[in-house]
Amino acid sequence: MLHATDLLGGEAYDRDGHFVGHITELFIEPADQPNRVARALLGRGKYLPLVARYDNFAFVAPGVLRLNVEEKQLEHYQPNEGWLAMRKDLLDQQIIDTNGRKVVRVNDIDLSENRTNGTVELRVTQVDVGLTGAARRLLHGVASPELVRSLARKLPTRVILWEFVNLIEPDPLRRVKLRITPQKLERMHPADLADIMEKLSPVERQSIVASVDEETAAEALAELDKRLTTQIVETMDPERAADILEEMDPDQAADVLAGLTPESSREVLREMPGEDAREVRELLKFDENSAGGMMNTDFIYVGEKSTRDEVVAWIREKDVNLEQLDTVFLIDEDAIYSGAVPVGRLLFAPAGERMESLKTEPLLSVLPDADQKEVFEIFDKYNLHSLAVVNEAGHPMGAIEVDDVVTRLRNR
Amino acid sequence: MAMLGKHGKAKRAAENLAAVTRWKLVPEWVEPWRARLSEWNKRTRIWRRRLLLFLAVVGPGVITSNVDNDAGGISVYSQAGAMYGYALLWSLIPMTIALYVTEEMCARMGVVTGKGLSDLIREEFGFRPTFFIILAGLVVDMGNVAAEFAGVAASMQIFGISKYISVPIAALAVWFLVMGGTSRVVEKIFLAACVLYLSYVASAILAKPDWLLAAKSTVIPSMQFNGGYLLMLTALIGTTIAPWQFFYLQAGFVEKRVARRQYKQARADVMVGSISCMAIVFFIIVCTAATLHVSGHLVINDASEAAQSLVPLAGKWAGSLFAFGLLNASLFAASILPLSTAHVICEGMGFEAGMDHKFNDAPIFYSLYTGMILVGAAVILIPNAPLQKILVFSQVGNGIWLPVVLVFMLLLVNRRDLMGDQVNTSTFNLIAWITVIGVIALTFVLVYVTLFHSGSVPGLSP
Repeated sequence: MLHATDLLGGEAYDRDGHFVGHITELFIEPADQPNRVARALLGRGKYLPLVARYDNFAFVAPGVLRLNVEEKQLEHYQPNEGWLAMRKDLLDQQIIDTNGRKVVRVNDIDLSENRTNGTVELRVTQVDVGLTGAARRLLHGVASPELVRSLARKLPTRVILWEFVNLIEPDPLRRVKLRITPQKLERMHPADLADIMEKLSPVERQSIVASVDEETAAEALAELDKRLTTQIVETMDPERAADILEEMDPDQAADVLAGLTPESSREVLREMPGEDAREVRELLKFDENSAGGMMNTDFIYVGEKSTRDEVVAWIREKDVNLEQLDTVFLIDEDAIYSGAVPVGRLLFAPAGERMESLKTEPLLSVLPDADQKEVFEIFDKYNLHSLAVVNEAGHPMGAIEVDDVVTRLRNR
Repeated sequence: MAMLGKHGKAKRAAENLAAVTRWKLVPEWVEPWRARLSEWNKRTRIWRRRLLLFLAVVGPGVITSNVDNDAGGISVYSQAGAMYGYALLWSLIPMTIALYVTEEMCARMGVVTGKGLSDLIREEFGFRPTFFIILAGLVVDMGNVAAEFAGVAASMQIFGISKYISVPIAALAVWFLVMGGTSRVVEKIFLAACVLYLSYVASAILAKPDWLLAAKSTVIPSMQFNGGYLLMLTALIGTTIAPWQFFYLQAGFVEKRVARRQYKQARADVMVGSISCMAIVFFIIVCTAATLHVSGHLVINDASEAAQSLVPLAGKWAGSLFAFGLLNASLFAASILPLSTAHVICEGMGFEAGMDHKFNDAPIFYSLYTGMILVGAAVILIPNAPLQKILVFSQVGNGIWLPVVLVFMLLLVNRRDLMGDQVNTSTFNLIAWITVIGVIALTFVLVYVTLFHSGSVPGLSP
């Protein structure tokens, strides 16, 4: 197994054994092959550097590269944004480990050698983020290769397979050229993605939010530290910010908007479709630390006289977040809040059972201006997962979920 | 049916009624005062809002600058005042400028890039330079930490407490602070410690100095061209600008997640810090100048000797306040220096760092911190510890480390791809480069002299 540290700085010779230059950089062309070392940049001091292609590599060993062509057949170097440079773009830079779900710094790059009819193919297998890579970088050129190798064997290894490496590139055009796709990021749990984003610089955070789809961005922003969310949303275009906020629950969107300056908040609300903007504006009216500031206006309520089967069929049709659904609220003929049915009871009830017979006792609700401390007490006392918020007339306005309670309690 | 919100509202309505009746029972003459208070509130609203915005950001600048006045620093300043009276005060204004210029660059980098100095050096200059900076930092800071614990021991000795009691207690206190605290709590404690530096102001006032002469000496430069004077000048500058400050400052702003639009407040924080730091130095020098220099007691070896010598000259309070200031400074620095070093090492090597993490999330960070405190305290507790040699060693190490870090900083802060349009303006660059070259030159002089001519300056000899 070869390493980038072994090759970078090494000497390159052409077919006739003449010294061509020092290997100053190794490039990957992601548009062509995602892990093959496609080019080697050979520096020649005061002369212009030359580039050797992968099919020119005849022999590779630590510190040595032998080509199968003559020096005059090599091209001159032209910078190309579509080439991923190992030394400049990868070594010592931060990357996202999509498997381990964290941000790490690259110490070294491991390469595999593959001999095929006269040429050597080098491919990147994994990235070294541990002590072996650090030791090798430190001692390369200073201590003998055998010493370095034996030391590296004794140290614990930490590597990340190349397929789990997600590069962080702020420039959107270059992201396209380097084929950096956001799919692996989109598949991560939003809390993990938020954790990763907290470790990055503001520019890099911005680039992640710009590259993933709106749904992922919304979920990640909802989990992110409020200060960072505010910074990110303020720097974005109002249209994009509105697109992302639409994907959030109205109460989460209201929380984000509450952190912006009034002008920015107004700009974003202007870009949101009327219905959503109105809901969020309503929520913004409530004090942050009251039941109204905690509640979600996106909740399920059905008539108390409907049957279990009707309700299940109705839920199937609606675009509901099933992971968060734990209670169905009931209203009577005058649309007054009349009860809560846990989804568990709904699941096992016989088909024709009326919803009003499935509700839990006692009937609990709070007014929007109730203090959050009262809300915490109620959740604790009655072991609730959701609590309905009703207005003075008794009509349901929203529901408070237990995860909001947990987040608030942690932040106190 | 339980409509709890309603119950609460009814309860509140009843309370409000009681409040109204209560108000009526208050005498009439309270009313105009209440009105004046709400008037004042209205008029100062903008001012108060700006203050709150500033207070949200303040911290790293003020703390870093004040920790500058640690045990080693106070020793040098006391000696400067004792030996040369007010003659060195003119150097304070240039030093404030130098301090502000260098610290501001780090503050700017931290706010704009959101990354620590170690991180940036690693990303832009590679692994080996980062490793050596880290190694130098570790070695030098260990020496400094030992010096701080020596300061604790010396100041407590004045109050009659043996170092075998004071140092372990201090070490434990400092260790608990960081292990148990979050960055916000610890920052508040550090800010309180900064306020306690005012004991030097009191001390100086009690020394009854010639304020007019002191003021004149601060504004009018007066060079003496003898070796001792120049060396003292060099030593003054050497203790003011230390590399660990830059790492700590930048990491502080990054950890606080200061946004780009709060940059003005961050800059104000650095300015307040630099000025307050130099103000304290002024009072320390004035204090010893007015007492020790005037009475002919020209040679003192360190700060605790200064505190003791103050007692017969300016009274017990002056001496005690001076010693208390030394204790405060030493404890303060003993907590911050290992913290800064742990940050530098972890950031550069890619380990998790920061007081907000639990021990298991950042084991290397906390272990490094613990280790440095243990070694620092242990060195002082060894009988006949070669303290002066350690101090000299860390001063020399500082001198070697400092130029490298300063040059890296200047290179980084001028990179457009990192800083966008917040790179140095040409004027700032001019001032910055002059400052840096000046500081480097003086530091080399200090190192050279410390290594080869150390007999000529008391307090610097091994």
